[in-house]
Amino acid sequence: MIYLDNSATTRQYDEVTDRIAKVSREEFGNPSSLHSLGLDAEKLVKRSRKDLKDKTGLKKLIFTSGGTEADNMAVFSVARKYRRANKKYITTKIEHPAVLEAMKRLEMDGNNVIYIPVDSEGIVNIEVLEKEIDKDTALVSVMTVNNETGAIQPINEIGKIIKEKSPKTIFHTDAVQAFGKMRLKNLNADMISISGHKFHGPKGIGALYLNDKFNILPYIVGGGQESGLRSGTENVPSICGISLAADMSYTNFDKKMKKLTSLNEYLYEGLMSELTDIKLNGPQNRLPSVLNVSFLGTRAEVLIHTVEQDNIYVSTGSACSANKNGDSDVLSAMGLNHEEIEGAIRFSFSEFNSISEMDIVIDRFAKAVKRFRKLGSFR
Amino acid sequence: MNEQNIYIVRCGEVALKGTNKPYFERVLVERVKKSLKDIENATVKRLEGLIYVRTDKLTPEIDVIRRVSKVFGVASISPAIECESNLESLCKVAVEYMNEFMEGNRPKTFKIKSKRADKNFPTKSPEIAKIIGECVLEGCKDLKVDVHNPECVLFVDVRHDKSYIYQDKIKGFGGLPVGTNGKGLVLFSGGIDSPVAAFMMAKRGMTIEAVHYHSYPYTSQRAQEKVEELVRIISQYCGDVKLHVVNLLPIQEQIVENCPEDQTTLLVRRFMMRIAEKIAKDNECMMLITGENLGQVASQTAEALVVTDETVKLPVMRPLIGMDKIDIMDMAHEIETYETSILPYEDCCTVFLPKHPLTRPRSFQMVNSESKLDVEKLVSDAVQSAETVHIKE
Repeated sequence: MIYLDNSATTRQYDEVTDRIAKVSREEFGNPSSLHSLGLDAEKLVKRSRKDLKDKTGLKKLIFTSGGTEADNMAVFSVARKYRRANKKYITTKIEHPAVLEAMKRLEMDGNNVIYIPVDSEGIVNIEVLEKEIDKDTALVSVMTVNNETGAIQPINEIGKIIKEKSPKTIFHTDAVQAFGKMRLKNLNADMISISGHKFHGPKGIGALYLNDKFNILPYIVGGGQESGLRSGTENVPSICGISLAADMSYTNFDKKMKKLTSLNEYLYEGLMSELTDIKLNGPQNRLPSVLNVSFLGTRAEVLIHTVEQDNIYVSTGSACSANKNGDSDVLSAMGLNHEEIEGAIRFSFSEFNSISEMDIVIDRFAKAVKRFRKLGSFR
Repeated sequence: MNEQNIYIVRCGEVALKGTNKPYFERVLVERVKKSLKDIENATVKRLEGLIYVRTDKLTPEIDVIRRVSKVFGVASISPAIECESNLESLCKVAVEYMNEFMEGNRPKTFKIKSKRADKNFPTKSPEIAKIIGECVLEGCKDLKVDVHNPECVLFVDVRHDKSYIYQDKIKGFGGLPVGTNGKGLVLFSGGIDSPVAAFMMAKRGMTIEAVHYHSYPYTSQRAQEKVEELVRIISQYCGDVKLHVVNLLPIQEQIVENCPEDQTTLLVRRFMMRIAEKIAKDNECMMLITGENLGQVASQTAEALVVTDETVKLPVMRPLIGMDKIDIMDMAHEIETYETSILPYEDCCTVFLPKHPLTRPRSFQMVNSESKLDVEKLVSDAVQSAETVHIKE
């Protein structure tokens, strides 16, 4: 199997799987229980929280059920704080649906929501953003890295602009794709969302990082876990799993990133030498784990089903697209035409991939694309 | 009251059959039994033209009704109370039944409708109704008789051995039990129409097999999953279904490469018919069934149907031919296939859809185009590569 859909989800590290099994079997206590089994579980959660917290510069961390809940929590908490004031919310056209759909909800409730455009490389237009930010802006939410193109967004710069123009504005960034593939210690944001399964951790667990600037309001209430900010018995095995996966992701980090870069370049150059009419989507300065390419005159969906017969797994745009007619919102926002979007394939790599795999992928893609171009599908 | 729940099941058209009646009834009983196969201790017996289903008290009524009312040949089903065939116990049970019913429903008026299958029973039907009606009036407070517009009707059915009291008649689909009218092969696309077509033929007693064409990798595996799900839904009505799955892409590739674009869909349809006929013959199916509907799409014009039919000798049944789309959709809702049918996966017909398909095709055009292809080999290769999935009721 050649798995190149690591932006959708990743294979869990074996060490993480073992850790989760061990904790489930041996440390099954409820952290809220008074006895020592509960205390042991509580200690595990504490240690995991500390380890994970150290990966960014923010002081607090709330465990959630995943990236979507973390994003929703960020957006809706700010909106609830300002529910009686007439505030402005700023985001981009290329956010994940977990942010976009939350923003649409705010819009339906009568709030002013601004969607900042991106350039042809998929990078947010910072001049427009700067003009829009004012004293009435409650929240700015811009993703750290785009999930479809890997385009790295100017988060630090945006953070600086906010500090200058409107220090009270909260700045959230969805770092679900960035975590584990970028160092996030000096990110200029007030809230950061992450998701375990994107960096070889478990599914069903994520986190929202926070600083002191803003006290979020809980919207899941109950037993008062997570300092009362997110009730529900802690998912102890997954919490241990996500923190171990984070540690492992940032181990030998530079070496891993170098490997991803060489895989990325090798695949792109290989495809270029075998095929004509290829278009790279996204900037040169992007996450080394993502390569988005349009094979003009083909349909990505058919290519996916063709190469899956050789156990090669790639993807069209995002696995969670909210767009019903099928065209990627992100690629549309970058100004791609229908043909370019229809033929767009996203390859996303992990440390488990190898150069020899790329040779097979190049060969199979060249065959699949040529076959399709010969046959077409009329529309 | 009874130790068991009892249901009276009425046969529809089966009852009108002449000397073949016992045969139809026997098959119907088997079908009803099969529909209840995973309900423990359920028994099904045939007596004097009716079918009696008995289950444990704990088996939910709604579950039994849902299953039995889906069996073709069942006209209606009534949950009933059984008692001895004498006026005394009839009155007693009727009052008990009515009192219990009133706790939940609070009707103000009622009437009794009685029937006497046992003509030796000393009291005649109108008399029975009158006597039991009086008992109910006395035994149930606040209840009045209204023979014209009653809020509830209590049926009393006096039979030789036992008698039955019931109220609801829940309609079944009618028709004839599956297995009494040969076997047909339905061309099953996964759209709205073909499940309805299969349903309609099965309703007339036909056993169903299905063939599905896909164009993987142009279509996805999820499209096939969807088809299997649809077959699973209709198997509730028509019993186990053998589903043949054929990849049409090799043929489509040949057609696209060698034949005029505007004929693609029709040429593909002709191959579908040929392959279906071969599979039908190999599996003892005596006719083909399609969900086609006159004029619905380009490949379903009168001329198009003529050129598709020309390729086969077996009769082609098109039970939806004269229906409007909206009526077919209503039926799809009724048989619960609609929601699955509209899942948006591409099927093999839409993959190579010409921009301007031919709507008035002529035979010689088709024959001309096909002369560039090795039709026989393409068909037999396709039949050989077919996979079979057994879908159980």
